Amino acid sequence: MNESKPCLLRVEDLHVDFNTPKGVVHAVRGVSFELGREKLGIVGESGSGKSQTGRAILGLLDSRGRARAKRVEFDGVDLLNADERTMRAIRGNRISMVMQDPKYSLNPVMTVGKQIEEAYLVHTRASRREARARTLEMLDAVRIRDPRRVYHAYPHEVSGGMGQRIMIAMMMIPQPDIIIADEPTSALDVTVQLQVLAILDDMVSQRGMGLILISHDLNLVASFCDRVLIMYAGRVMEIRDARDLDNARHPYTRGLLGCLPQVGDGARELPVLVRDPAWLDGPVTERD
Amino acid sequence: MIEVASLNVTFGYGHRAVHAVSDVTFRVAEGESFGLVGESGSGKSTVLRALAGLLGHVAAIEGNMTVAGEVLDKKRSKAFRKRVQMVFQDPYGSLHPRHTVDQILSEPARIHALDRIESRVLNALEEVGLDATFRFRYPHQISGGQRQRVAVARALITEPGIVLLDEPTSALDVSVQAEVLNLLTRLQRERGLTYVLVSHNLAVVGHMCERLAVMQHGRVVETMSVDQLRDNTPTDPYTKQLLRASRGYDRSALEELDPAVS
Repeated sequence: MNESKPCLLRVEDLHVDFNTPKGVVHAVRGVSFELGREKLGIVGESGSGKSQTGRAILGLLDSRGRARAKRVEFDGVDLLNADERTMRAIRGNRISMVMQDPKYSLNPVMTVGKQIEEAYLVHTRASRREARARTLEMLDAVRIRDPRRVYHAYPHEVSGGMGQRIMIAMMMIPQPDIIIADEPTSALDVTVQLQVLAILDDMVSQRGMGLILISHDLNLVASFCDRVLIMYAGRVMEIRDARDLDNARHPYTRGLLGCLPQVGDGARELPVLVRDPAWLDGPVTERD
Repeated sequence: MIEVASLNVTFGYGHRAVHAVSDVTFRVAEGESFGLVGESGSGKSTVLRALAGLLGHVAAIEGNMTVAGEVLDKKRSKAFRKRVQMVFQDPYGSLHPRHTVDQILSEPARIHALDRIESRVLNALEEVGLDATFRFRYPHQISGGQRQRVAVARALITEPGIVLLDEPTSALDVSVQAEVLNLLTRLQRERGLTYVLVSHNLAVVGHMCERLAVMQHGRVVETMSVDQLRDNTPTDPYTKQLLRASRGYDRSALEELDPAVS
């Protein structure tokens, strides 16, 4: 962690277990990291535990999941042992989460404006009039060109990219300290993806928030985030500065970088990732 | 090998008609890989489905399509269906959940009245790098990458000359994507296959293909060689945007592209 940056969130030795009919699945095994006012990327393939790490922080695991850790500390509060009342004051208000698909995470029978307003009213004692003004302001901030029209629209009447901007507006309106974004742009086209990321980028730098971006897309994360945490089989393989990723040490990171196809490489044989069983329990490479 | 001229595809009628593909023209030579790139709704998959004859009942199709000298009519001949095979995006949706791999692979062989079905099935499995133990498994018992290998094996059973690939690796992790792309490259080399590859991923198309067409709003905005793409010399502004956007997050790229897309 950079000495100049205060630490917002400290996760130490986080484990997530799921009880399944076939026994206990250890989805996350001993993840530790610190988050400052920065953009931290968590990258991994499907099943690496990256999403469950994000959900565990907010206590959003499904009922079969159990999280335990030495410490998950946010502003002096131990998130894993906090009571529901404390968590309600934090969740959505001080730490919020942007999900992958706006189609499923927005309420289909409520107008966009009312949903965003609700997010504000739940956490503040503002009047409806003030909430409405803040909502329109927020829609404008996420670069929706006609906030008044979108305010009265239902989620099915907006495009995927706009839906995701609406989600971001809703998560930003209580001015949280931390945003956890789980594949926020995976359902979007590349050009729209850049716009949505730019909005997150601005919010983080202007409001001094911390962002955890969870993604399977190593290139995207490397180009967007300040630091990258690479996960495999529930463990952190490596933590690196994003611009230093080309010098990654861990064979898994190197493998992930190597197997990406490139424009005009003439269908060369792509190096295939050979998974080493030692990665399951081997040491973690820290940035040096 | 494949010629598509002034292809137009319209879904629905009257004021609700959606003109999904407008005046699309391209040719693909034998043994070539041709890419169709575009964002969602650009009509790239519709072109492929029109070519495969999967839109006969749901859309109005105009224009001329010729495959290996055969002018395509409303209904595809059995010979066409043997010669042209397709691999779909979602390996979870494109394999029958209650059929074993063996049933999945032998069905096209039976339809086309091929001989030695059992040895064909075993050969096809071997070709795609799956051993014989997979033969009596169900799709839910194998991983996504293995399913896509089965889908490729199914396409190969009829010994096609042309394989239409609709986002064949989009549902896969990058490491598995590399394996499937390597497999497709090897099969093409060994069998002299002609590929038409549809993808939203410029890197995948740029890796696999020699030439590509970039689509937007149902039209081809630019057709070019991959070398042109690599050397950064596309002429169409949309292609330029797509190329920059595909390289990752870039603030300056965004400034240029902002007015065009929002």
